[in-house]
Amino acid sequence: MNWAEFFNMGGYAFHVWTSWALSIGALITIVIVAKLNNAKIKKELERQIRREAKLQQEK
Amino acid sequence: MNPFSIIWKFLDRTYHRLASPREFYTIAQYATPIFGFLSLILIISGAYLGLFEAPADYQQGDSFRIIYVHVPAAWLSLFVYMVMATASAIGLIWRMKMAFVVAICSAPLGAVFTALALITGSIWGKPIWGTWWTWDARLTSELILLFIYFGVMATYYAFEERKTAEKAMAMLSIVGVVIVPIIHYSVEWWTSLHQGQTIFAEGGPRMPADMLTPLILMIFGFMFFYGYALFLAAQNKVLTQERKARWVRELIQKTGNQR
Repeated sequence: MNWAEFFNMGGYAFHVWTSWALSIGALITIVIVAKLNNAKIKKELERQIRREAKLQQEK
Repeated sequence: MNPFSIIWKFLDRTYHRLASPREFYTIAQYATPIFGFLSLILIISGAYLGLFEAPADYQQGDSFRIIYVHVPAAWLSLFVYMVMATASAIGLIWRMKMAFVVAICSAPLGAVFTALALITGSIWGKPIWGTWWTWDARLTSELILLFIYFGVMATYYAFEERKTAEKAMAMLSIVGVVIVPIIHYSVEWWTSLHQGQTIFAEGGPRMPADMLTPLILMIFGFMFFYGYALFLAAQNKVLTQERKARWVRELIQKTGNQR
């Protein structure tokens, strides 16, 4: 079997590859969103802790 | 000590550990990479076998290879719902905070799997059935499931007060559980364009081993992926909810110093 034949998927290239790309793409997106969200939350918390420490010092 | 009391003690300890946000967070931290790794291995091997090694179907040709993403997504759309409803019930009955975290973090994941099942099914339906969509029992009930997921999320975010939001969301997801058996048996109860059960068919799976193996691998890969994504989302949720707690402060300072 050659690669051209493989990508052609017996004439169903559009259907097979769209389904696969959407599915794998959705899974990857879920992970990226969660990781970005995690970084954002941690950064926000860090900033808040620093702000509170500063307030404490000024007292 | 008799074995039952040992088992009981173990379950009791695990339950209490899971109930505490801090312990739950620690468990999630350890579980996340394990689930992620297993899911990656299973999906890669399933994809390889499904796309390269499995023979083309004698009726549907290569278009049947959509099954390897369609069936896992559809299976997960129901599995995630069962987890969400069970966690909601545990949360309501035993007032377990972390159970609500599991439930609310599951909802968007379940919605994604449901949407994927509908979309890949539609793409598969076009060449094989000759139509993208039909108001058939299986398809319609799966679409309703998507709306239930949206409803659960909307309910949660509609309330200011977290405890009220959790209770309302949990109630709705428990009531909505009736859709699960309807979807599962829809192909048997009504005449449907959708094909019948393949794996849990009477008299064993209706598929040869070289087509079935990649499907099983993909289903387990998707299940571990759900676990992975759930733990990631749950960690974020716990951090946000417990942001005033001392252990979160210490955790943030520790990771901050490492940089």
